[in-house]
Amino acid sequence: MITVNYINIEIPSKSTNEGLARSAAACFAAQLDPTLEELNDIKTAVSEAVTNSIVHAYPETIGKISIKGKIFDDNTLEITVRDWGRGISDVKQAMQPMYTTGGDERSGMGFTIMESFMDKLRVKSTEGKGTTVTMRRRLSYRAGNIR
Amino acid sequence: MKITTEYRHGRLTVWLNGELDHHVAKDIIETVCREIDQCLPLSCFIDMKGVGFMDSSGIAVILKIYKRMKELGGTVIIRNLGKHARKVLDISGINRLVNMEEVKA
Ligand SMILES: Nc1ncnc2c1ncn2[C@@H]1O[C@H](COP(=O)(O)OP(=O)(O)OP(=O)(O)O)[C@@H](O)[C@H]1O
Ligand SMILES: [Mg+2]
Repeated sequence: MITVNYINIEIPSKSTNEGLARSAAACFAAQLDPTLEELNDIKTAVSEAVTNSIVHAYPETIGKISIKGKIFDDNTLEITVRDWGRGISDVKQAMQPMYTTGGDERSGMGFTIMESFMDKLRVKSTEGKGTTVTMRRRLSYRAGNIR
Repeated sequence: MKITTEYRHGRLTVWLNGELDHHVAKDIIETVCREIDQCLPLSCFIDMKGVGFMDSSGIAVILKIYKRMKELGGTVIIRNLGKHARKVLDISGINRLVNMEEVKA
């Protein structure tokens, strides 16, 4: 696959940046002429990943979050959200629906939403080192779609 | 996020306006639960017409309100749920707990 475009963003883990991060991802994805539903799915998945870094990776501190977007020549969008926070000891368990360490403030559905709204989800994490979430979604070709 | 509430004849109505994410979730929970504790309503209507975006934080918000209303023996009804917010709530299975009125165009 050939990368036709990319974007790199770095933000501090402040909750005000949640809206900014998903909007930036949506603006980048707009080049692929997505449907409104596709765009909403992407925004939601990005919001989940970024919120996880803000809430779980850096619970007591403000840390760095990197958001990378890539567009491949087959109309696929790739988003990578990375933090250098607490990390996850058991990724498989963390990805189970309704599993949460966030108490009743959270519902434990973040990874489930990322998985169902995107085509591919990959989570790599090392305890004490950080977490990298990579997601891909191939967008539909529509009539009149010129790139 | 703009939160407007009205209490009338045993019914608390909450209008949410804006993007429902983690950044605003706490504020909504606090505001609505304070109103519930004050008015002790029989039912709580949450009007989602103005919610253009919602992620899993919305699930936790609705669950919290549902739990508080259940303690009081009341009900929660979600009104004017948009297509996208519906998709998020459907994944959570929360639709088995709270009533959802038909989406109005
Ligand atoms: N970036 C991260 N760093 C550390 N732990 C994480 C990270 N992302 C997820 N986790 C862990 O995985 C669990 C599950 O995450 P998931 O997003 O599915 O649910 P949640 O964040 O707890 O709730 P919700 O997303 O529904 O608000 C979290 O409770 C947390 O323990
Ligand atoms: Mg989450």
